[in-house]
Amino acid sequence: MGETFEFNRSGKPQTPGAAMAASDVKHWFVREVLPLEAMLMHFLHQNWRNKAEIEDLRQDVYAHVLEAAKTEIPDRPKAFLIATARNLLIDRVRHNQVVPIDAVNDLDELNIALDQPGPERSAIARDVLRRLQAAIDLLPPRAREAVLLRRIEGLSRREIAERMGVTENTVSDHITAGMRALADIYLGEAAELRRTP
Amino acid sequence: MSAAEINAIAARFLERRDLGQWSDADQAELDTWLNQASAHTAAFWRLEAVWQDADRLSALRSFKPQPANPEPRRQTWPILRRAVAAAAVIAAIGTAGAYYLFQPEGERYATPLGGREVITLFDGSQVELNTDTSVRIAPAKRMAWVEKGEAYFQIKHDAAHPFVVSVGDHRIVDLGTKFVVRDRPGRLEVSLVEGKARVEQVNDASKSAVLTPGDVVVATATELSVTKKTEKHLSSELGWRRGVLIFDYTSLADAVAEFNRYNQKKIVLAPDAPKHLTMVGTFPINDVELFGRVAGLVLKVHVANKADKIVISR
Repeated sequence: MGETFEFNRSGKPQTPGAAMAASDVKHWFVREVLPLEAMLMHFLHQNWRNKAEIEDLRQDVYAHVLEAAKTEIPDRPKAFLIATARNLLIDRVRHNQVVPIDAVNDLDELNIALDQPGPERSAIARDVLRRLQAAIDLLPPRAREAVLLRRIEGLSRREIAERMGVTENTVSDHITAGMRALADIYLGEAAELRRTP
Repeated sequence: MSAAEINAIAARFLERRDLGQWSDADQAELDTWLNQASAHTAAFWRLEAVWQDADRLSALRSFKPQPANPEPRRQTWPILRRAVAAAAVIAAIGTAGAYYLFQPEGERYATPLGGREVITLFDGSQVELNTDTSVRIAPAKRMAWVEKGEAYFQIKHDAAHPFVVSVGDHRIVDLGTKFVVRDRPGRLEVSLVEGKARVEQVNDASKSAVLTPGDVVVATATELSVTKKTEKHLSSELGWRRGVLIFDYTSLADAVAEFNRYNQKKIVLAPDAPKHLTMVGTFPINDVELFGRVAGLVLKVHVANKADKIVISR
């Protein structure tokens, strides 16, 4: 560690290569990035033809964003998220060599004001209950029942199994499928539902 | 591995953890998996965030005996006592009615030690909770109750319906404002950042004060006094809203007390520590170790970074 240790007003220590605390990265990711998922999904759907790859693309974008945030948390999450997504799409097109002619739509035509503080955060906080209810309503019936019994009524796996007349493993399957679908609908809204096996 | 497979594993971990009976070995297994790839971490944090939010749906819970593992609630005892006193009323109204009767008003929002949360109300007003804070909010009634901790209010003014914040036997009536409320043991502090507000004692109308920006009210059970703070000082005190602590000739003792509000790992001052030395600077709020290192360098004190605490001595 150097002898001179100064702080600037942004609160970031001026140590080169200093790593961000994992809890900071998590807080940032949950508060700033996840609320942008609907926008990200819109971007991916607009610009990528193969819908089967969208979930993988989203995952890749998030992984890259987290990787970058470990070193320094980006100032403008919206701009950063879209830039990351755009680079990934371009990489993927190059990597695939054979470029499907309309794999990538005009990336520049997307009209998103990147630097303005968006209404997403407050809109989400404001509508949490309404949107959660809507998301829950959209779950496949069995997954919905299992999720409600677990999260709302607080029943154990065994109690849910008894009530639904299925094995505990099946309850597990319903709940995990419900969790994933809930996240897709709640954050992304546009995502398709996964039916439980 | 495909995103679908990663998500399936993340959901499986989350579902298992959610059931309780989560051992250190389970946690170690999860940590190992999370550390394998950023994609794993992202998938898990994402599902976890939504799953935690889904907890709010418990507002829709039908009346029934408490679930097996209810959240610990500070108010359990007073509610129970009231419930017993009014047992006859319960019988008359029926159980469903009783549930609503004895629910504390509004929805409760709470942060753990080191936590911070912004709640946006439907009219655009915002309430920002600092560390270890519990607030109930009834947005439609424009009422809030600070049960413990510190909260920053930015209230959209509505002349016909002033927003009222209650803290113990005091209440703050907003007249279109930004203010911060801190409930300390034995005393309440209200600092007005912008606009206008009135602080009053509920049972004694003579004990009230109208605040203008920069005013700080300190209210105890018996007294209410008003002092002034500069804009800079106030904005420094609100550094937590940006995840930082801002010290401006702050004594080591006060700085340590502030850090200890936010972090599990406590800083302990040895008896010979120079408590009155002051420091200037801005620090990430949850990095006690960084603070310890800097204090060591700047104040030339001895800093011992132990597993569970940091000890500062001369």
